[in-house]
Amino acid sequence: MRKIVPIGPYHPLQEEPEFFKLIVEGEKVVGLEINIGYNHRGHEFISPKMTYDQIPYLVERICGICSNSHPLAYVMAVEDCAHIQVPERAQYIRTINHELERLHSHLLWVGLAGHFIGYNTIWMWSWRYREPVLDLFEMITGNRNHYAMNKVGGVRHNIKDDQMPIIEKVLLEVETKVNMLTKAVLDDPVLRARLENVGILPKKDAIALGVVGPTARASGIAIDVRKDDPHCAYDKVNFDIVVFEEGDILAKAKIRLLECFESIKIIRQCLRQLPDGEIESRVEEISPGEGIGRTEAPRGEVFHYIRSDGKNTPVRHKIRAPSFMNLPSNEIAVKGYSIADAALCLAAIDPCYCCTERMAAFENNKLKYSGKELIELSIQKTEQLKKRFNRL
Amino acid sequence: MSQIEQELTNKFPELKIYEHNPKRLYITIPKEKITEISKFLFEVHGLRLSTCTGIDTRDGFEILYHFSDDKTGTYYTLKALVPKDEPKIDSLAPWLPAANWIEREMHELLGIEFVGHPNPAPLLTAEDWPKEKYPLRRDFAPDLTMEDDFQEYKES
Repeated sequence: MRKIVPIGPYHPLQEEPEFFKLIVEGEKVVGLEINIGYNHRGHEFISPKMTYDQIPYLVERICGICSNSHPLAYVMAVEDCAHIQVPERAQYIRTINHELERLHSHLLWVGLAGHFIGYNTIWMWSWRYREPVLDLFEMITGNRNHYAMNKVGGVRHNIKDDQMPIIEKVLLEVETKVNMLTKAVLDDPVLRARLENVGILPKKDAIALGVVGPTARASGIAIDVRKDDPHCAYDKVNFDIVVFEEGDILAKAKIRLLECFESIKIIRQCLRQLPDGEIESRVEEISPGEGIGRTEAPRGEVFHYIRSDGKNTPVRHKIRAPSFMNLPSNEIAVKGYSIADAALCLAAIDPCYCCTERMAAFENNKLKYSGKELIELSIQKTEQLKKRFNRL
Repeated sequence: MSQIEQELTNKFPELKIYEHNPKRLYITIPKEKITEISKFLFEVHGLRLSTCTGIDTRDGFEILYHFSDDKTGTYYTLKALVPKDEPKIDSLAPWLPAANWIEREMHELLGIEFVGHPNPAPLLTAEDWPKEKYPLRRDFAPDLTMEDDFQEYKES
């Protein structure tokens, strides 16, 4: 018999409240309907009423986790439109910020994934190791979040010479800890059983849906804007992109953990190569025309399009966040798995989790699964697996 | 000139290609050709549909289809102009799932009809959002309409 388990509307696992209708037969999920738009804030409507200098503050607030990616993509779109050259030092500082953001975002995801399957130690660990990265942000930009770092033509804050050893020190610390965390996660048979072959997104569907970022790379599509279309200082540093073929949650987790090391590698090279000079160039005017800016946010490609008519406000500003492409893939990835796996499957594309506690499932006007209970359900499954593996 | 650009000019000689810089190409196309050219880009060359942008301009609604070539990092943007009195264009969603949500978004925010879309339901706006009010059109005046709705509500 078919039943619907609604998750939302003030759902959970996305950065904006969302509504997932899980269609289940017994314990098995056979379908998924996605409704979004519960917190549509109309950025594309507001943006043309603001000046080019004000918009970075607006787009920064699209997402609290990717609050460097959106302004970066936006300023790159304006720079592309008006042919503005950005000083080299600013390019490097942008790269450092961007990679620090990826580091803290991936650690956040690992922690929450751990929490969902009942491994609160992983949660506590990875969030603890994430903390020094946020402190670095505070030191460099003045803010732990919403860094207000990018402006058209450059960056707002310089990295001073006496800050470099502190960054190096924190990076070393984080690297050791993430190394330990990665080994702990990949060696654990229970975790493997929980994540392996669950929530598979086949490559064919991934291409048709146009998914981006770690979701695409876990399904064997080797795309990464940093490599494909080098911007900032990405063409001057060495790094690898991490690609797996399996498409399951384990592959997505592995990608995020291994990308942390690549990020650390990139920041180290940037600090070593950091050239002297200006951090911003003077912007005379934004000429009429159009520009595209894109960058690799922690969740995938962020895309901004700007059309200018020569005035001080844009005519049109299109924003496409990576989750807009990744979300529909849940319809395929969640099918055929149990409700206990659903919370994790829906979380595997790395949406934001701020409202997780508000999951609700109703049956005959009675609350069936609350957010807490769904997590409980997931934790129970892990416990059973632990027993089977004699791990208690 | 890239291979895709060359093949496009050979296959569709009437297209106007503007090169903003080597990695950002803008191609103006007649709106009837959208399915044919998109299929050529997606199926033959394996380009990814990144997103679409709908713009309300003086001459009509301009729809930009941003295709990304991830092998070279080039963006091919197809520009189709749809007349204001009959805003209709063929939907890509039946054969390209990546276009599904973005076409729904343009449908509700700009009022462009995508012919053949499998599920043209509103994606972002609230359930009680008034019909025929499209927030991204130039003539949309948010405060005024809200006031009107409130007045209607009070009178009823």
